[in-house]
Amino acid sequence: MSQEKLVEIKNLKQHFKTGRHSVVKAVDGLNFNIYKGETFGLVGESGCGKSTTGRTIIRLYDATDGEVIFDGENVHGKKSREQLKKFNREMQMIFQDPYASLNPRMKVADIIAEGMDIHGLEKDAKGRESRVHELLETVGLNKEHANRYPHEFSGGQRQRIGIARALAVDPSFIIADEPISALDVSIQAQVVNLLKKLQEEKNLTYLFIAHDLSMVKYISDRIGVMYFGKMVELADADELYKHPIHPYTQSLLSAIPLPDPDYERTRERFTYDPNNHDTSEEPEFREVRPGHYVLCTTKEFEQYQREHGTGK
Amino acid sequence: MEKLLEVKNMHVSFDTYGGEVKAVRGVNFDVNKGETLAIVGESGSGKSVTTKALMQLIPQPPGRIKEGEILFEGRDLAKMNEKQMQKIRGKEISMIFQDPMTSLNPTMKVGNQIMEGLIKHQKMSKAQARKRVSELLELVGIPDAENRINQYPHQFSGGMRQRVVVAIALACNPKLLIADEPTTALDVTIQAQILELMKDIQKKTDSATIFITHDLGVVANVADRVAVMYAGKIVEIGTVDDIFYNPQHPYTWGLLGSMPSLDSEDEELYAIPGSPPDLLNPPKGDAFAARNEYAMKIDFEQEPPMFKVSDTHYAATWLLHENAPKIEPPEAVKKRMEGNANGSSSSEGERI
Ligand SMILES: Nc1ncnc2c1ncn2[C@@H]1O[C@H](COP(=O)(O)OP(=O)(O)OP(=O)(O)O)[C@@H](O)[C@H]1O
Ligand SMILES: Nc1ncnc2c1ncn2[C@@H]1O[C@H](COP(=O)(O)OP(=O)(O)OP(=O)(O)O)[C@@H](O)[C@H]1O
Ligand SMILES: [Mg+2]
Ligand SMILES: [Mg+2]
Repeated sequence: MSQEKLVEIKNLKQHFKTGRHSVVKAVDGLNFNIYKGETFGLVGESGCGKSTTGRTIIRLYDATDGEVIFDGENVHGKKSREQLKKFNREMQMIFQDPYASLNPRMKVADIIAEGMDIHGLEKDAKGRESRVHELLETVGLNKEHANRYPHEFSGGQRQRIGIARALAVDPSFIIADEPISALDVSIQAQVVNLLKKLQEEKNLTYLFIAHDLSMVKYISDRIGVMYFGKMVELADADELYKHPIHPYTQSLLSAIPLPDPDYERTRERFTYDPNNHDTSEEPEFREVRPGHYVLCTTKEFEQYQREHGTGK
Repeated sequence: MEKLLEVKNMHVSFDTYGGEVKAVRGVNFDVNKGETLAIVGESGSGKSVTTKALMQLIPQPPGRIKEGEILFEGRDLAKMNEKQMQKIRGKEISMIFQDPMTSLNPTMKVGNQIMEGLIKHQKMSKAQARKRVSELLELVGIPDAENRINQYPHQFSGGMRQRVVVAIALACNPKLLIADEPTTALDVTIQAQILELMKDIQKKTDSATIFITHDLGVVANVADRVAVMYAGKIVEIGTVDDIFYNPQHPYTWGLLGSMPSLDSEDEELYAIPGSPPDLLNPPKGDAFAARNEYAMKIDFEQEPPMFKVSDTHYAATWLLHENAPKIEPPEAVKKRMEGNANGSSSSEGERI
């Protein structure tokens, strides 16, 4: 992982109008960077805006406010066709639901090659075919699978087809929105091993959205925790698990179910009450420990530093 | 303990153009009043088909229950006609389907979808039902229920839709709740709330739950007993402690070994090698043999019977035969069997 920024998210907002007078602030002022070659894990309460963040970054939605800078260029706003094509190639998304995200009427080969066709990456049928076969092999399937339809595959295999499709246009950045939630643990392990291997081989950068915190910790370099449209804590994966500071993060970690019945019988869950925060001023994102940021007020910052700070 | 449900030698097949897919190949299990039975197992092993068959929700054709009895309070559901089943579904037995996106109607307001069952099964008036819907949504942790009931499913996040489906299933206080992956789209704090809510309701009404999930942490939390399925069969069944602390079937070992723990380092995760068997032509012998590093000659020839490990614990593996060599489960599994509640407990003190 380098210190070179690939994606910069600046004060990003996504507000949905849901009625004449009501607005859902799904994403409300996000600021973070994703470095080249890293996996940035995004976790948080259901409905806190993780998918919306991913979808806005990749331009499935126009941002209400703020900027997404990709490789030095603003993703949103007016774009030439050339620029759009470039973004669409460089950024790919793997969707949560391997059942709904593959067109049931298309053969696997055509699903995988769709992006290549749009971008005119392979000029002749032969090159296209061999590229599809190569991709199938990369994700642990084989060329016999090219002529089959999605319903003939298991959940794990379908998710691999989704990954092959994303890889087909040689992206540098992949947003994976809960890519493994629907799979059984052994297949989850296969897919995660595959994502890690591809990252090493192709120097890919990932934004990995998930609920399974043991998997997120395993795959991520850094993790951001969201709550109600805002980032409340951001740190290296190990650091976050060892020293959670924001009370929401603490409650999240205390709720991870572990495969150990005795532990589960005696587990004590810590519940988060957003009303317990200091309200004397607007909270800001501050560095409490090196590289470890928490959304807090001045007063809370001082308290967190006393309790968790290293004094640098 | 009083038996609520007894499933005996159930077989379910699908007739496809390629031939007969033998999705469920002779399963036997009981569910007692007030208990939670978790079903775990590989994708495609027949968990959803088994539970849908209980409610006669297998599309027919291509599907059919070939054989078997499904005794619910002594009545055989397999012999009931559609009209009789309609009285049972949603009222005595209700089901949370695996895919919350497809079980909600996209063109209907969320509130109306929940009200439907209440008006039909509970004979509530519209006003009563409306009030109950708000209560239910608050119960499953959807704030601002008053406004939310007027929204459509696409305006809800994935996890919110899942909670709506849970609310619908709980609406009629069923005797048996079948929950197929009810919390996969939820973050762990809301998941914990929903699990607590389900347990609470269960205790109050003495109802039973069949809980299907891939998350072994959730199993450890909710289950009294656990059934492990592989290729259309139950290969191991026992109390939750039997399965986590004394697993016997190599497939169960594979499952327990595949989960990363919070202190896993960078090493590659263990994944069970190979791919699941073709249910068009289920293999001879033990269906897991080809992927089982401990397989013996007999595994490829004869199907193992259910061996008794204890009064509560049974497993179908030849390794339990008296003449089989004594084999230790792999290291990663042994660590789990010791009840390692892993690395996270060490930071507990600082955390809270
Ligand atoms: N198209 C839309 N119209 C209106 N509101 C929306 C829309 N999409 C999302 N929302 C709202 O925005 C908020 C954030 O939703 P989002 O799907 O980003 O959450 P999430 O963090 O991905 O949750 P989950 O973990 O449950 O998938 C929710 O309150 C949701 O109801
Ligand atoms: N309509 C159908 N036609 C043909 N085969 C089917 C049909 N429905 C299910 N099957 C097959 O039955 C088998 C069991 O499927 P089932 O949905 O019960 O798996 P599962 O254990 O619930 O898996 P998952 O964990 O992925 O949900 C699979 O091999 C599946 O392909
Ligand atoms: Mg989402
Ligand atoms: Mg299923």
